[in-house]
Amino acid sequence: MPESTRATRAQNTAEPIAAPPNIRGAADEFVLRTEVLSADDLRRAHTRIAHEIVERNHGADGLILVGLHTRGPAIARRIAAAIESFERVTVPVGTLDVAFYRDDIGLRAVQPLGATEVPVDIGGKVVVLVDDVLFTGRTIRAALDALTELGRARAVQLAVLVDRGHRELPIRADFVGKNLPTREAEDVRVRLHETDAVAEDVIELWGPAEAAHLETRPDGGGPE
Amino acid sequence: MRHLLSIDDLDRSGLEQILDLSERFIEVTHRDIPKVPALRGKTVVSLFYEESTRTRLSFETAAKRLSADTMTFTVGSSSVKKGESLRDTVQTIEAMGIDAMVVRHGSAGAPNRITEWIDAAIINAGDGCHEHPTQALLDVLTLRRRRPSGLDGCRIAIVGDVRHSRVARSDVLAFTALGAEVTLVAPPTLLPESLEGWPVTVSYDLDDVLPNVDVLYLLRIQLERQGEALFPSLREYTSRYGLTAARAARLPADALVMHPGPMNRGVEISAEVADGPASLIAEQVANGVAVRMAVLYTLLGSGGPVA
Repeated sequence: MPESTRATRAQNTAEPIAAPPNIRGAADEFVLRTEVLSADDLRRAHTRIAHEIVERNHGADGLILVGLHTRGPAIARRIAAAIESFERVTVPVGTLDVAFYRDDIGLRAVQPLGATEVPVDIGGKVVVLVDDVLFTGRTIRAALDALTELGRARAVQLAVLVDRGHRELPIRADFVGKNLPTREAEDVRVRLHETDAVAEDVIELWGPAEAAHLETRPDGGGPE
Repeated sequence: MRHLLSIDDLDRSGLEQILDLSERFIEVTHRDIPKVPALRGKTVVSLFYEESTRTRLSFETAAKRLSADTMTFTVGSSSVKKGESLRDTVQTIEAMGIDAMVVRHGSAGAPNRITEWIDAAIINAGDGCHEHPTQALLDVLTLRRRRPSGLDGCRIAIVGDVRHSRVARSDVLAFTALGAEVTLVAPPTLLPESLEGWPVTVSYDLDDVLPNVDVLYLLRIQLERQGEALFPSLREYTSRYGLTAARAARLPADALVMHPGPMNRGVEISAEVADGPASLIAEQVANGVAVRMAVLYTLLGSGGPVA
């Protein structure tokens, strides 16, 4: 089902929140603006992020990749596979669901999206959180709390495929596939073959039809 | 969903959504720190006009594992002794600022009435001979975990005092909503006067049913009803409807045995069957906490699209 960073803002809900019918109209129709990353771009981004993670941490020992549902686990596994291919080290991969740690419980339908399974004790290890799109930072805030319950990591780092800006919390990514300036009303739509039943991976930028002519404000940006 | 008063408040997808959510909470309860901050700042009060061990403790544990605050109201030590009415009692409790009230009451429909008096979410924890929805939810969760293919086509016999059992009523609704085939097994005196509209078949002969069930669900014989002469004696009941070791041996090899507790060992179920490999009774209790976390979270937290 279509998931977007708009849903990410409201948290990575499995279901995008349906607007009441009376405010849904032609003006709300979304159209494709541009392809952000192709399958080949994504493959290179994974490889580069994998190298950056190993470089930053002086090797892959004591690393754990933890993917945030729904697409983080698939991305974490790709990065782990890349690290294994050049470093000959198997990096453990875990999954984390942050629903019960979110700050918007009660404001909207917050449902868990998958199981939390971290195969090793994170105590004293370097945990790299992995997600598809970094937007407001609220999901990562919840993830940091969820992770704390599992143990005391030596350090926590963050890897994302797209940083689209508009942060609402003092959070930044350590490893970024692409910095993408966006408008708040736009959607960054990620489709991976593991999670979205597509033949080819792609990341696209979608926006409201009526505003398609407007210039993208370059206030998105990446790590400050 | 604002309240949970009856299994009828949930359709099949609503049931499945609560069961799926329960699976997440089972995982939480297995952690070193079995607690999440989801319901911080919410207050859950349990109001029990009838005694209970597992249900009350299970709800309170569930609320605490969601980081909600809990209050307990037991009739024995309250102003009910001074003659305070149910309405005044719940309105007094609400005035202290609560978000959910877990109610057990001897009269069918009491939780429904309370919803008309106060704004808090009301959860029925057993009302007279009417319903006990969270028991049914934990029963279907326990079964579903043992049967990955689900309950479709599962043959379940519910044995015992169906007439006075709120568990039976909720279980019939939940089991059949998920596709199971339910047979009620009891002497005619322990069946409701009319089963019109119940999606079940009826048998008076447990031995007849035994070889053809996947699940045998035994109800508690309510010893306090002995004076009503619904059956000649406990011994006679056990001889015809009790799950003795000899009867258990005639169940299909992979059949499962359930009981809502508290058990009368040696009456409706023999001790060796209750503690045997086919018994899901301990799992039922363990799953109760997770199911009640899912119910509390759905009513107070998620605002989710459950029917």
